Amino acid sequence: MAVTDISLAEHAPDVEVTGAPARFLRAVLGNKKAAAGAVILLVMVFVAAFPGLIAPDSPHATIYAQDAAPSSAHLLGTTQLGEDVFSQLIWSTRLTLLVTLVVSVIATFISMIVGVTAAYFGGITDRTLTVIIDVFLILPVLPLLILLAAYLPPGVTSLSIVLIITSWAFQARQLRSQGLSVRNRDFLVAARARGERGIYIILVEIVPTMSSLLAASFLALCVYIVGFAAALQFLGLGNSGQLMWGTMLYNAQQAAALEAGNAWWALGPGAAVALLGAGFALLNYAFDEIGNPALRPVRKRRRSRRRRGRAAA
Amino acid sequence: MRYLTRRIGLFLVTLWAALTVNFIIPRVMPGNEAQAVLGTFRNINPAALHALQIQFGVNAHQSVLSSYFEYLGNCLTGQFGVTAQGVPVMSEIGSKLPWTLGLVGVTTVIAFLIGTLAGVASAWYRGGRLDAILPPALFIVSTIPVFFVGLLLIYVFAVKLNWLPLGGNYSVGATPSFSASFIWDVLKHALLPALSLVIVTSGLWVYSMRNNMITTIAEDYVKTGRAKGLPTRRVMFGYAGRNAILPNLTGFAMQLGYVLGGAIVIEYLFSYPGLGYLFYTATTDHDLPLMQGLFLFYTLAVLVCVLIADLLTAVLDPRTREA
Repeated sequence: MAVTDISLAEHAPDVEVTGAPARFLRAVLGNKKAAAGAVILLVMVFVAAFPGLIAPDSPHATIYAQDAAPSSAHLLGTTQLGEDVFSQLIWSTRLTLLVTLVVSVIATFISMIVGVTAAYFGGITDRTLTVIIDVFLILPVLPLLILLAAYLPPGVTSLSIVLIITSWAFQARQLRSQGLSVRNRDFLVAARARGERGIYIILVEIVPTMSSLLAASFLALCVYIVGFAAALQFLGLGNSGQLMWGTMLYNAQQAAALEAGNAWWALGPGAAVALLGAGFALLNYAFDEIGNPALRPVRKRRRSRRRRGRAAA
Repeated sequence: MRYLTRRIGLFLVTLWAALTVNFIIPRVMPGNEAQAVLGTFRNINPAALHALQIQFGVNAHQSVLSSYFEYLGNCLTGQFGVTAQGVPVMSEIGSKLPWTLGLVGVTTVIAFLIGTLAGVASAWYRGGRLDAILPPALFIVSTIPVFFVGLLLIYVFAVKLNWLPLGGNYSVGATPSFSASFIWDVLKHALLPALSLVIVTSGLWVYSMRNNMITTIAEDYVKTGRAKGLPTRRVMFGYAGRNAILPNLTGFAMQLGYVLGGAIVIEYLFSYPGLGYLFYTATTDHDLPLMQGLFLFYTLAVLVCVLIADLLTAVLDPRTREA
């Protein structure tokens, strides 16, 4: 494991900081998995931005026959109330994607601050933060999520807050390991010798060397958030008036859509959640290959380290 | 010994943290959720009501600190409050536990075996076709949300083919007994929920096992085993596998929280009356004492498993005892 740390540290500053957007784009296009993930995400973003162009109807118009089977007029049928399922699915993309991205950005930021602070300052700070991270890793996520959500008014804001609280720890642990590996490198020694403050060193000197790992953390969090947000809403801890895939699933489940012969009402949003998660996962899966084609054998070990971090801690 | 002391320390700290989180949540959350909920509780004996009041900080005419210690004392003596119906939380949990234990216990063991064996095999034939297909496939499947897998299985096997029941733990009207027909009925009801969980959790352990195994195969003692001309299977499992599995034991326990979360969703989807379904009904009823009791119980379950895994690692791996 020490070997991986060194190799990571050595390649991180040279390769990733100079990685221009153009090079990144070329790499994405050259990697099948990444390209597939990127296409899925781009389509999702387009749908989220312009739902009105794709969806034939307003998502809440209860003007159709109830529980209609899929037809050319209603691609995925209609709900129990007579809403067009396909239109709901399209309109739900916006809020689902927005919550996923916002929560993941904030959670990645928190895990970065906690992880790098622990690694950089070491000593008692490190030990305290590591214990906090370990505690959050052991606490069962979904029960904690449900408990927190039960106290808050159902809605997107509550959903985002509880997801942030429960999701930062795993990435913080990885970023801490990465932080430890760069801790004693020359450029940090130089910064300390210049008398820079800790917060400056963390944000300006250390964080840029981690851009690749941060992006990977962000993508991994997205996969996780998509699933947990939907699960939480599916269990009824959302606001079923706010259109997201999870609330659609909840409404479908409450109406026993599968048994009622209205399968797409439930399967549609389920598939959408799975697809969005797959998009993030594919991009993440390919991320190491993109960042670092020269280090493939090491990449495998690095992957092991990350996975072991999640598993063993 | 330092290893064990550290792990037991983490166990105690996490347990304390979970108890404290439980105590703090009702106090720091906005709104008067706890007050509103406790207001609906009827027919509860005064002592139980007092215990709930100090736990939730409602009408507790004493300092927060003395409430906190009284609450901790209650928890340590096994008093986790009563549900909205006045039933002790622990007896409510105990009555539902066997169903979840059966479902989650069996599926987790099966999934762990599948993931671990796949990891061992793909590492042994590293770079081969098996290695190229199996781990990525299992991993990608594991990123599919568990409710989608469950919905698909229900749709195909219960709705379309009508082979298996839609949900529940046994047929309506069946009387529980140890007869073959009843056991068959229970198994039929458990099959789809179990399958959903196995499908999404098998991939959790495959990469860590594969990579541990790759590192272990490079060790000298594995080469020795091969050089002695031992059968492949013996070297694969007896020399490499049993060492490579050590880090995975802790991983297995840590992932239990994730699996239990998946089981909540699956039990709800299949109306399977275990702890997860109890959690769901507690949520819809806003039965906060029951929810908090369940949260503590889940945490304790994960913690105990992590501790067992740590002890097992210490027994199996002399290095942890020295370090």
